[in-house]
Amino acid sequence: MKKIILMLSVLGLLIVFAYGTLSQREADPTILMKLKEEYSKKYTPPVDHSRFAILQQEFNSPQEVTKTCVTCHNTTPQQVMNGNHWNWEREEFVEGRGIIYLGKKNAINNFCIGTTGNEQSCAKCHIGYGMDSTERIYSDSANIDCLICHDNTETYAKAPEEAGNPVRTLDLNYIAANVGRTQRSNCGVCHFYGGGGNNVKHGDLESAMFEPTSDLDVHMGTDRANLQCSACHTTMLHNIAGKLYSLSSMNISRATCEECHTSTPHEDDILNEHTIKVACQSCHIPEYAKENATKMHWDWSTAGKLKNGEPFHEEDSSGNHTYLSIKGSFKWEKNVKPDYVWFNGTASHYLQGDIVKDPSQVTVLNQLHGSYADYDSKIIPVKIHVAKQPYDPVNRILIKPKLYSERKGDGAFWVDFDWQAAATVGMRDAGLPFSGKIEFVETAMYWPVNHQVAKKEKSVNCVECHTTENSRLAGLTDFYLPGRDRSEIVDTTGAVLMMLTLLGIMVHTSIRIAVNVKRKKRGK
Amino acid sequence: MGKKQVYIYRSFERFWHWMQSILIFFLAFTGFEIHGTYSFFGFREAVRYHNIAAYIFIGLIIFAIFWHLTTGEYKQYIPTLENIKAQLNYYIFGIFRNAPHPIKKTVLSKLNPLQKITYFGLKILVIPLSVTSGLLYMFYRYPSKHGIAAINIQTLEAIAVFHTIAALFLVVFIITHLYLITTGHTPTSNLKAMLTGYEELDDDNETGDAPSGNKIEENSK
Repeated sequence: MKKIILMLSVLGLLIVFAYGTLSQREADPTILMKLKEEYSKKYTPPVDHSRFAILQQEFNSPQEVTKTCVTCHNTTPQQVMNGNHWNWEREEFVEGRGIIYLGKKNAINNFCIGTTGNEQSCAKCHIGYGMDSTERIYSDSANIDCLICHDNTETYAKAPEEAGNPVRTLDLNYIAANVGRTQRSNCGVCHFYGGGGNNVKHGDLESAMFEPTSDLDVHMGTDRANLQCSACHTTMLHNIAGKLYSLSSMNISRATCEECHTSTPHEDDILNEHTIKVACQSCHIPEYAKENATKMHWDWSTAGKLKNGEPFHEEDSSGNHTYLSIKGSFKWEKNVKPDYVWFNGTASHYLQGDIVKDPSQVTVLNQLHGSYADYDSKIIPVKIHVAKQPYDPVNRILIKPKLYSERKGDGAFWVDFDWQAAATVGMRDAGLPFSGKIEFVETAMYWPVNHQVAKKEKSVNCVECHTTENSRLAGLTDFYLPGRDRSEIVDTTGAVLMMLTLLGIMVHTSIRIAVNVKRKKRGK
Repeated sequence: MGKKQVYIYRSFERFWHWMQSILIFFLAFTGFEIHGTYSFFGFREAVRYHNIAAYIFIGLIIFAIFWHLTTGEYKQYIPTLENIKAQLNYYIFGIFRNAPHPIKKTVLSKLNPLQKITYFGLKILVIPLSVTSGLLYMFYRYPSKHGIAAINIQTLEAIAVFHTIAALFLVVFIITHLYLITTGHTPTSNLKAMLTGYEELDDDNETGDAPSGNKIEENSK
C-alpha cells in the first residue's frame, strides 16, 4: 500500500509537469501564417508611369511636375491639402480647451522648440514647396510636393534651408517616370531625422530602418516580411492612419498592432489577458535605439559658447554631438529600456502662450492621459525626452526663439548667438509677449515607442516586470502587480509567526530530549 | 491495557492525505516564487505549474468532500471544547513527564480536540479562503471587459493579499503539523500509521476492528 501511495503521488506530480510542458506549445500559427502569406505577395503596380507621354515633357520646376500629376490625379490636391502633412496641424478636441487646431504652429517641443520664424529651414520636411511664414503656399496646389512621398528611385531630395524646394540638380523626368507607392525611404527622409539629426526625436525611427534587419524590426526586416511603413499606416485617399502624440490629442485614426494580430494573439491565455491592460509594444519592444543612439536630454542653457568667435561642436566616441554652439549640450543613449506609462489614447499639450504652472518642476509638454483605474488605458512604452529650454519668468511662458536665418542681424540664434535678440524676434513672430528676461526651465516630452519590434524570442520576460527588484513597471504604482507588490504587514506577520512556531518547536524538542535523557539516566 | 494493531486510516484517506500534502507543498513552493520570495522555475513556469496544481487540488478536494460525506467521516472534524485543556496540558506538561495521551485514539474518534478544531478551521476557513481567492485570482476580469460581471474587480490587491494570508496560515500549520506527528507513542508511529493505515492503539472493546470490507480490500492488494 505504501508503494501504491508513493507511486500515485509521483504520478500526480508527473501529470502536473507533463501538462505544464506539453501545454507550452507555440502560438497558434493561423493568424500569423495568414499575415505572412498576405504580405509575401509581390506588388505589381497597375500602371507604368514611364509610358505616359505627358511625363516625358521637360520639367523646369518641381511645380510643373505637380501640375502634370494633377492632370490625371485631379482630386488628389484636395485630399492632400486637407491633411496634416500639408497643414502641419490637425483639428483636435481637447478636454478643457474644446476644439483646437493643434500643430507645429502653436505647439512647443523641447527639441528645436518651434517652427515659427524658422520655416525656411524647417520646411525641408514639409510636403510642399516655397514655405514661408505666410499662408500663401497653403492655398496653391502647385506647391504640393508629390515626389517626396512617391519617388521610387530614391534620388529625389529636398535641399536644406530652401523652404522645401528640392535640390536643383535632380532629373525630374526620371523621377516622375518612376513614381509609385510610398516606401520606407520616402517616409524615412523626414521621420528618421526629426529634431535635426538621425534618431534625435523618436528613438525607434532612424536611418537604420531604411534597410533594417529583422533583429532591428521584425516587420520591416528585409530578411523577413520587408514591410513598408504603409503596411501598418494604412492610407485611404491620402488619409494616413497612425500618428504620434507629440502633436495629437484624440483617440482616433491610430495604427494598431491589433488590426492585424487581434487582441488575443497568444496561445497562452494568461498572456492574452495581459492585453486588457498592457499594450503589445510594452512586451514586444524591449528596447529602442538599437542601432544608433537617440537624444535623451537637451540643455539649451549652455548654447551660444564660441571659440575664437566661432561656433564649435563636440562629439562622443560614437560620433554623436554632445555639444553644439547653436543648440547646447546633449545626452545620447543606445539600446534604451523604455519608460512605461498608462495611456488611453488621449493627450493634452502645452501650447504657445500657456502659463508654466511651476517652473521649479518639470513641465510636461505633451501629457499622455491614463491610469490603472481608467478602463481604456493600457501600459505603453515611451521615450521621455527631457530638456532645459528658454522661459520668460515674468510672463511665465516658454520662449519660442528665432533660430534660423540666412544672414546675421535678423536676431536668429544660430547666426547671432544672442538669446535676447532671438527671444525678442521669435516671440514677436509668434505674437507672444516677451519681458526681456530669460531663464531656463526643465521640460519633458513623452514619445510613445511603436517601432523596432523585436522577434518574439526577445520579448520582455514575465520576471522583468513581476519582480521586486528593478521591475520595468517600478514607476507605475497605482495598481497591485503580482510578484512586485505585497502587503508588508501580512508578509512580516507571516514571517514572525513562522519564526515563533519554529522557536516553539525547538524549545519543545529540547525539553523533550532533555527529559528523555534524564529519564534514561534515572532508569539506569 | 494491551496494544493492538488497528486499521485506522483507510486507503482513500491516506491517498487523499499524501496527495494533498504533495500538492500543498508544490503550491506553496511555486506560490512563493510567484510572490517574489525566490526564483526557481522562473515566473512564467511557476504560474503555469501553480495553476495546474491548483486544478488538481480542487479536484482532490471534491473527491475528499464526497468521501467525507458518504462515509460520515466528516463527524470526526466537528470541533468540541471538551478536553481541549487536557490536550493542551499534555503538550505543555504531560509529554515531558511521559504521561499518557489524555484522549484515546480510536477508529471512531481518531482526532484529539486540538486536531479537531485545527482541521475544522483549515477546512472551513483556510482552504476555502485559499481556493476562493485563488479562483478569483485566475478568473478575475477587469470591469467593462468580457466575463461574468459578478467577478469584475477594481484591483487585484485584496485577492492577492487574502491568498497570501491563507498560504501563510497553511505554512505555519504544516510546520506545526510536521512537528506534532512526532508526538505519538513513538516519534514515528503517527507517520507509519498514515503510510500503512495501521497504528498500535490501546486495545479495549471500543476500538473494535476496521470495517471488514476495507480489511479484505486491503489484504487483497
